[in-house]
Amino acid sequence: MANFIDRRLNPKDKSLGNRRRFLKRVRSHIKRAVDDSVRERGLTDVERGEKVSVPTKGIEEPVFRRDPKTGKREHVLSGNKQYIVGDKILKPGGGAGAGSGKEGSNSGEGEDEFVFALSRDEFIDLFFEDLELPDLIKHSIKEVQTYRPRRAGYSVSGSPNNINVLRTMRNSLGRRLALKRPDNKQIKELQAEVFKLEKVSRKTKKQQQELARLHAELEELLRRQRVIAFIDPLDVRYNYFEHAPEPNANAVMFCLMDTSASMGEREKDLAKRFFILLHLFLKRRYKKIDLVFVRHTHNAQEVDEEAFFYSRETGGTVVSTALKEMKHIIDERYPPYEWNIYAAQASDGENFAGDTDVCVELLKNEIMPVCQYYAYIEILEEAEAKLMEAEENGMELWRGYRTVKADWQNFAMKRISTPSDIYPVFRQLFAKKQAGAQQ
Amino acid sequence: MTKPKASKKVSKPLFEDADWNFDTLRRTYDAIEDIALNELELSVYPNQIEIISAEQMLDAYSSVGMPLMYAHWSYGKHFVANEIQYRKGLRGLAYEIVINSSPCISYNMEENTMAQQTLVMAHAAFGHNHFFKNNQQFLQWTDAEGILDYLNFAKSYITQCEERYGVAEVESVLDAAHALMSHGVFRYRRPQKLSLKAEEERRKERIAYEERMVHYLWDGLTSLAKAEPNDAQREAEKRKHTLHLPEENLLYFLEQYSPILHTWQREVLRIVRNIAQYFYPQRQTKVMNEGCACFVHYYITNRMHEKGQLTDGTMLEILHNHSNVITQPDFDEAHYGGFNPYALGFAMMEDIKRICLEPTEEDYAWFPEFAGNRDWKNTIKDAWANYRDESFITQFLSPHVIRKFRMFTLSDEARAAHVQVSDIHNEQGYINIREKLARTYDIAIMDPDIQVVDVDLLGDRCLKLQHLKRDGIALNNVERDKVLSHLRKLWGYDVAMEEVEAS
Repeated sequence: MANFIDRRLNPKDKSLGNRRRFLKRVRSHIKRAVDDSVRERGLTDVERGEKVSVPTKGIEEPVFRRDPKTGKREHVLSGNKQYIVGDKILKPGGGAGAGSGKEGSNSGEGEDEFVFALSRDEFIDLFFEDLELPDLIKHSIKEVQTYRPRRAGYSVSGSPNNINVLRTMRNSLGRRLALKRPDNKQIKELQAEVFKLEKVSRKTKKQQQELARLHAELEELLRRQRVIAFIDPLDVRYNYFEHAPEPNANAVMFCLMDTSASMGEREKDLAKRFFILLHLFLKRRYKKIDLVFVRHTHNAQEVDEEAFFYSRETGGTVVSTALKEMKHIIDERYPPYEWNIYAAQASDGENFAGDTDVCVELLKNEIMPVCQYYAYIEILEEAEAKLMEAEENGMELWRGYRTVKADWQNFAMKRISTPSDIYPVFRQLFAKKQAGAQQ
Repeated sequence: MTKPKASKKVSKPLFEDADWNFDTLRRTYDAIEDIALNELELSVYPNQIEIISAEQMLDAYSSVGMPLMYAHWSYGKHFVANEIQYRKGLRGLAYEIVINSSPCISYNMEENTMAQQTLVMAHAAFGHNHFFKNNQQFLQWTDAEGILDYLNFAKSYITQCEERYGVAEVESVLDAAHALMSHGVFRYRRPQKLSLKAEEERRKERIAYEERMVHYLWDGLTSLAKAEPNDAQREAEKRKHTLHLPEENLLYFLEQYSPILHTWQREVLRIVRNIAQYFYPQRQTKVMNEGCACFVHYYITNRMHEKGQLTDGTMLEILHNHSNVITQPDFDEAHYGGFNPYALGFAMMEDIKRICLEPTEEDYAWFPEFAGNRDWKNTIKDAWANYRDESFITQFLSPHVIRKFRMFTLSDEARAAHVQVSDIHNEQGYINIREKLARTYDIAIMDPDIQVVDVDLLGDRCLKLQHLKRDGIALNNVERDKVLSHLRKLWGYDVAMEEVEAS
């Protein structure tokens, strides 16, 4: 007799650990592939999984193997059609090529790439790998809270629509068993017996006695059934809900960027990486995030992602136009009491003379009061970055923004000049803010 | 539904739908078992049949088909490789995997139709199972009762090591051991039985022993230093004797004598070596094992059909699958990859039956021992029990099968531009073809012959290996050097390999 076992419900990812080890092994290659793919991807779909290919170097499994290019062999093959003994056949590729037969097929190290797909989580982990994300979530940002009922056990009181039928019936059954409440079946049987006896037209004395006894018994059972309720108020249980604070699920993220000619590919790429990070970070906390892209030269407009990152424009640089546009959009579509508003601004730090004061005024009086968080990053040439190591130095916009920073804790500003700056900067921006509301 | 008319006892078909359920599986299993045990008189381990999904099949694939296995990145690599091929539709998955253990575990895919499940149960749960239980190779070299226990021990031991010494440390030992895995088997000595308890006893004993004793190497050194210099020759002989040289089991040698390995590292080598030993018979009996399983499923399903237990439709589906499995492409077809062990094995088994029942003149001349003896069951079961591929082919490959496959041989000198046809399926060719085919299944010949020949303990402790080149076939340089660098890691000192021509 065989033993049949259904294993289909067993956890299926038995190889997950091995898979993880393998990924670790080819980490550097995958990492490069991931970085490349991030550059090509849209901002919002960065969290998809990804197919990557890695060179077989570092993952070979060498064994002692016979070299097909040496020695003498005898192959046995099937399906002879016209050969007779002594026939000579030119080897494929001519000359000292690999012999036929199975040794040729698995010879040594292929140089072919090893292609496989990363899951979404693996992708994100790798993406953040040298960015050390883990602690980020713990650092909280001030959030608008809402309340939402959450299941929290059972209670003996509540409104009828919250009755928990299962619990109630379980209690009722227990009580009925304990108090020996007769069930309908018992009563029906008894009634049937009574009925049978009653049908007998001429009863013997014994039968009459029996009938009387049965009547009494039936009476008693019915009485018990009446007295002991099927469902007693004691049995009833209600689902209990607690009002748990929940972070407001809506957030909007403003991406503001200077797209004038001074922002080249490199600057845009850095900015994009920063925006991606911020977006991912927010996405882990909020159910729904709207993205608003505002680009500006000497005037600002809201555009889609494509245009934001890839189209070029010419014109001067007036930063305040972007801030005005943002304020305008907030007023129109994102009332601050319903939305968590985040903003990230990227710029090379240049601004039209005199405009900086306007910006500072706008930020201090209009924008910062409604914003959860405002991050300003200035993207510099590497050479410039060395020159302006100190916080105090900087161009007009930088100096202006420093006064905002002094007033507003949730305003942050940093400089970036290479991709490796991004995460450290990103973490500094988010790490040491108010350790307030924890969800 | 059409009922077969000819057979005497026509019973109701066991199932008619393509879908299976556990009830049908059980009934069908019982019908198969009835034929297998009472008609074919097979002797099998108790069966455990597990239904698994495609993902789980992929999991099983990547851990060399075993239900539990220690963790290693290479299994992950195989997993992602298999997975991508499967998702692209480049390859299907096996209908089943069967494990040489007692109880004999077979994994059946849930996607199989009921007809396929029938085929698979007959094939794996009786065909392979009988082979595992009766073939000498398996009886001698593996321990079906102990293997699951042992793997359990191996897995938890390696996990413990990883906790204690770090994943990277363990991984580097395993990498090196895997590279030497095919040279980690005893070909001529019988290995000990695997038993979890004994294994643990032994391990404790070993630790205690090592604590008590000075290492043999250093111990040996002091006594050697006192010896007369002109006794060097004799000392070398003595040394080789105490180290049991030459030694073909490289992993065993390292486990015993490596001067630098820690106890746990030796234990890891031992685990890899034991697993290699467990798979050794499987590598030697591919043709026979599959031939046996195909023969059994073919016989059983045909009998079930005769009895009316399978409908004509089901039988057609089974035959369709059967003929897919036993297809032998010709050498000039695109998907030719040498002999298909299913095709060759099945053809040879059927041929033995034919020779027993309807021999020709030729068969009487070639197989006087059993031609026409009419007792095909015992003849074939005797073959299953006592041979491995190489000896089986030498003994049983008939001219009939050679003709059927239109076999021919090619002499291939690596430097030459041409290969030459040396034998075809004619009177002169049969013996040669048979001999040459048998040789290609002899892993003692197909695996490179590498042995430890000496250790220069007095000098630089260089470990000397020797590769005996057969027919002038050298090792692939690139891979050889990689394996040697793994070997160096385990030995701790230099390792030299010389390749010598076999006489």
